[in-house]
Amino acid sequence: MSGLRLRAATGLGRFAGVMSRTLRRGDGFVIGGRVVLAACPDAFGRLCAGRRVAFVSATNGKTTTTKLLAAAMRAAGPVLTNNSGANMPAGLVAALAMPTQRVPDDAPVVLEADETYLPGLLRGTPDALVVLGNLSRDQLDRVGEVAMVARRWRSTFAELPGLAAVANADDPHVAWAAAVISEVTWVSVGNTWTADSVLCPSCGSILRRDGADWSCECGFRRPNPSWVLTDGVVVDPSGARHGLGLRLPGRANQANAVMALAAAHALGVPVETALPAMASVGSVGGRYQTVTLGGRRVRLLLGKNPAGWAEMFGMLAPPPAPVVIAINARAADGKDPSWLWDVPFEKLAGRLVVATGERRHDLAVRLTYAGVDQVTVEDPWTTMPAAVAASDQPLDAVGTYTAFREMLRKGGGARDVE
Amino acid sequence: MSSESAIRLVSIYPMLLGTYGDGGNLRVLTARARLRGFEVEPIELDAGEPVPADADLYLLGGGEDDAQVAAARALRRDGGLARAVAHDAVVFGVCAGYQLLGKEFPGSDGVLEPGVELLDVTTTRLPKRAVGELLAEPVSSSGVELTQPLTGYENHAGGTTLGAGAHPLARVRAGVGNGIDRLEGAVQGRIVGTYLHGPGLARNPELADLLLSWVVGSALPSLELPAVEALRAERLATVRPEE
Repeated sequence: MSGLRLRAATGLGRFAGVMSRTLRRGDGFVIGGRVVLAACPDAFGRLCAGRRVAFVSATNGKTTTTKLLAAAMRAAGPVLTNNSGANMPAGLVAALAMPTQRVPDDAPVVLEADETYLPGLLRGTPDALVVLGNLSRDQLDRVGEVAMVARRWRSTFAELPGLAAVANADDPHVAWAAAVISEVTWVSVGNTWTADSVLCPSCGSILRRDGADWSCECGFRRPNPSWVLTDGVVVDPSGARHGLGLRLPGRANQANAVMALAAAHALGVPVETALPAMASVGSVGGRYQTVTLGGRRVRLLLGKNPAGWAEMFGMLAPPPAPVVIAINARAADGKDPSWLWDVPFEKLAGRLVVATGERRHDLAVRLTYAGVDQVTVEDPWTTMPAAVAASDQPLDAVGTYTAFREMLRKGGGARDVE
Repeated sequence: MSSESAIRLVSIYPMLLGTYGDGGNLRVLTARARLRGFEVEPIELDAGEPVPADADLYLLGGGEDDAQVAAARALRRDGGLARAVAHDAVVFGVCAGYQLLGKEFPGSDGVLEPGVELLDVTTTRLPKRAVGELLAEPVSSSGVELTQPLTGYENHAGGTTLGAGAHPLARVRAGVGNGIDRLEGAVQGRIVGTYLHGPGLARNPELADLLLSWVVGSALPSLELPAVEALRAERLATVRPEE
């Protein structure tokens, strides 16, 4: 009876998705998932039954880590994943109920989970592997403060003794939340942004820091990692060293890759199989993809919060290359762009910044006080400032989540490039 | 760098009280004073570092609950901020930094925590978190003559009641503010508290210059920054009064 209901719900979802696409009201994917959930509220747990499930969650890097882990797993066999980046329950249900390719009933599942929805999702899959990257300030209007997210994670993890984890030992909130899980693989991937973990998550005292290491007078300290990333080389639990050789740029993606490598290992895929598959990934949901906008080649980058921006400056084309920065403050971006003041935009001095997006004036004020040359343009792709149009420098464009998606859509970029 | 004549601006524990971008207030004040030709010495205090009592202006921002409690306890122990206020220093506190200037506020488990008692306000927990754009009309009181609407973003669960010693900063036109009597913020002498993020002084240059004028003892020459005017025009056109 209940199996029938799930099948009927899935059929309805597919129909709604097709209708939505036909009516051009989005790509239809998430809508299909919503319909399935409305008809069968426990659809998620049922769709996961009989499968090994891994969730990837974090504030930064969860889409990329999911993509890299799925690539690693696929090198060993078929895998189900939500490669569209829709990481809330409806999106995940859609990925499972309406997969883009047929996979065996026991194929493993790799899912990106929004950090606020992870606890609810785990109740449907109590034996999952959770891959936990970092927690930092982001969308404070929707997600809430970092300590609150960590508390919710920890209390849920404590109730689910079947969980296993691969967790970032360098992030104190992640380490504290994951400490209640009995089987944890600790990974050290560094943590450039430490402003959200000044206090001990356990007792509230000020944490002592010494390089990557951290500890508290209450006795809570950084767990010993069994995987360690240093300068693009990872040391695995056996002590063997592996160069990463990624196509994806930047230190942050090396961190994502090592999280994925340790997770693949925990799921039975050896490093030798996983690494070449991960190394070949060149773009994630359009990030780092070069598209044509306004008649010129533009590389698209996602910059959505201060922790992400802390890794961004090293990835941009060097000065004096101009840069386009697009700021929106819709629900998926966080409605308060005050975080722009936590980003050291002073580092952009010596370049021209084209400020665009719905909240371009917030960015323009930030850049004005930072002493950075800027010009505010509603649509730079039709009216590019002459100084930028004339430049033969490579052009990088960084956007918040919805602004990035908009540039990707306008540029005709693929959402996922294998 | 330090000199007798420099304006000394102290950001109090930004690592604890800097979650909501309020660190921008120090950058704004520093830039606006320097653009008028003043020498400025901006100081950011690490958590637990002694608070110098001889600076001109002190800034406190929004932070997480545990961080707010830690900051309040450190400030009470230290006593430097209270000594500075006794010497007529200017203080600008936002959100958690506003609440902890008062008599008491709710900590992370809802238990009331004593504040530093420099502002005659008391904060309790609102039944529903106040999250969204905040628009308020300034209220004139002794020393405060603001003419422009105040705009910002609020994200807090505090209901703040003003005692007899404190005046309201503004009347709420959209949003929640103090959550009591449709008032927003508080002013007591040269201490100003508010729920305006954005940061508040980036979105409200008139308020920034009022604080600086208290420091230098006279009105400042006007300063037109087109980007700031454009931001205000855009926000004031987007966020409409609720009544």
